[in-house]
Amino acid sequence: MNAILQVRDLQRHFPIRGAFNRQLGWIRALDGVSFDLIQGEILGLVGESGCGKSTLGKTIMGIHRPDAGAIHFEGINIAGLEPRAHRSVRRHLQYAYQDPGASLDPRWKIGRSLHEPLIIHTNLSTAEREVRVREILRAVGLPEGHLDLYPHEISGGQQRRVGLARILTLQPRVVILDEPTSGLDVSVQATVLTLFRELRAAFNLTYMLISHDLAVVRMMCQRVAVMYLGKIVEIGPTADIFERPRHPYTQSLLAAIPQIGGKRITRDFWLKGEPPDPGKLPSGCRFRTRCPRAEALCAETEPELRLIGAQHAACHFAELDSLRSA
Amino acid sequence: MAELLAVRDLTLGFHTDAGLARVLDGVNLTIDRGQVMGLVGESGCGKTTLARAVLGVLPRHVTDISGGSIRFKGRDLLALAPDVLSREVCGRAITFIPQDPYGSFNPVFTVGTQIMEIMKWKSPRREAIGWQAGMPALLQTYPAERRRADRDAVLKLLDAVQLPQPEQILRKYPHELSGGQRQRLMIAMALLPEPDLVIADEPTTALDVTIQAQILGLIRRLATERGVAVLFTTHDLGTAYEICDAVTVMYAGQDVESAPTDVFFTRCVHPYTDRLLASLPRPDGKVAGIPGEVPSLVTPPPGCRFHPRCDSAAADCRAARPPETASGAGHRVRCFHPRVRAAA
Repeated sequence: MNAILQVRDLQRHFPIRGAFNRQLGWIRALDGVSFDLIQGEILGLVGESGCGKSTLGKTIMGIHRPDAGAIHFEGINIAGLEPRAHRSVRRHLQYAYQDPGASLDPRWKIGRSLHEPLIIHTNLSTAEREVRVREILRAVGLPEGHLDLYPHEISGGQQRRVGLARILTLQPRVVILDEPTSGLDVSVQATVLTLFRELRAAFNLTYMLISHDLAVVRMMCQRVAVMYLGKIVEIGPTADIFERPRHPYTQSLLAAIPQIGGKRITRDFWLKGEPPDPGKLPSGCRFRTRCPRAEALCAETEPELRLIGAQHAACHFAELDSLRSA
Repeated sequence: MAELLAVRDLTLGFHTDAGLARVLDGVNLTIDRGQVMGLVGESGCGKTTLARAVLGVLPRHVTDISGGSIRFKGRDLLALAPDVLSREVCGRAITFIPQDPYGSFNPVFTVGTQIMEIMKWKSPRREAIGWQAGMPALLQTYPAERRRADRDAVLKLLDAVQLPQPEQILRKYPHELSGGQRQRLMIAMALLPEPDLVIADEPTTALDVTIQAQILGLIRRLATERGVAVLFTTHDLGTAYEICDAVTVMYAGQDVESAPTDVFFTRCVHPYTDRLLASLPRPDGKVAGIPGEVPSLVTPPPGCRFHPRCDSAAADCRAARPPETASGAGHRVRCFHPRVRAAA
């Protein structure tokens, strides 16, 4: 088990500003996040919108500066590096954006978009770049004719492939995929997910897959981390988390997925309410305002991640039976 | 059950720079009273266009309706005069829940102002209390007696959609509410005119999965309690399974299969439906996408529009569109070469 990326107690807080730039409070988008990304695995990161999934990905990439904590990438602490020093790291640590169409320049042909990362990061000649670009285009399953098309002339699934090709030309080791299939139809999603797997095998990649679609995460990932309001509340092997979720939040997330052929969840879905305002977090456990199992202890002390069975969960009552069977 | 809505052979297109885009091609759709009908298909298959055609809100100057009928409670909506349509059907007998609860409120008015504005024109009590017949719309007043009755109805319904403290919510601006709360308000607004049919256009796509479960449960419960029929468009087969009584699948502007929900997910026979269900992510990791691309609607393939991507396509599929054939109770398929299922 060789960790390629180690995140330790990472914090990123955004100020809430009112009139005249007066500071009203903090949004704790990341509030002490720690995990390891193992060489060659796919780690899923799930949670509701606003829980800090994308902030985590962007902080690891260096798009946001962390307020505290460490990020060790291949042994080097990259948290808070100067932009110039960060550039060499970025070659090996890449980020695939949520909307593939919006991350391509609409006035550039696909070919130019694919050349750009090579111009920035390498000293290859035009001819050498052209060879590399064509090679990578074949790997993601696009015809060479697409080099002369504009982004609006190709479909969403193909734009996703171009986005991937752009990243892969630099031969990264870790790719952070931020909601890679949101907005794609299921038939296209299936082909894109298959492509991710093939590319991982071909280029020896490690993925961190940020998604709110638990079905995709279950299918793709070896391990899953569940986030709630800036903290990881449960992390462990996919099979264990999906079969025996320990944290009540994970249990409710899993119970909310529509299961074709299964029991209809709309009849007796028990999680009430919505996540609290991230600027005004409740004391103790963040989930207690919605948790059916909350007791006085939950309001006093915040539970830490601890090993239960095969996974780590942050709940005082994680040993109890699942709420689903109750 | 009595038939509420019957769309027959609806063919329409939009004039674009590239030519006429044939967005709907002979579409059939039937909804019974109180039925939740799912309209499923990939993006660009025409499900929103069909929903908007039923609602009568397609842009008139670019839409070319070349055939078919939309019969709602026995009347053809396409033949109805615009003033009758807006007085009796749009927003009254047929209402709409939008996909995006963020963009559907005016940000500069409170939620209460916007709801009462709807009630002024679309309240079920409009003709009963204080309506001045023959007065132009701009000069119509909103009598205090009706306003009070409407406000009581609003507060009761906000309670029914599980919004806590409804009076405070009416005083808030849209940005002060969360996405789930806004979508609950949208549902309340769609039900206030006491419609017979609610068109819900992907109402949970923008929501998180836990909120989605709550909203789906709400729509299902309110529809059952009030006997309202729902046309529920979605691209997510899982949500269709959750709340629909029956499902109609569309591909590139054609309806391909229609069946009751339990039959649909176990014994579908159209090759497209079959491939669509096979593309869903599964725990064992086996997925198969559908090779090829959705055809251009400006130059659609002749006959069955799925034939270029279909593995059982033959010459007859290219020549003509398959007629509707029954494959069981309420199960209609449009395919010359349906999948053969072992008798279940």
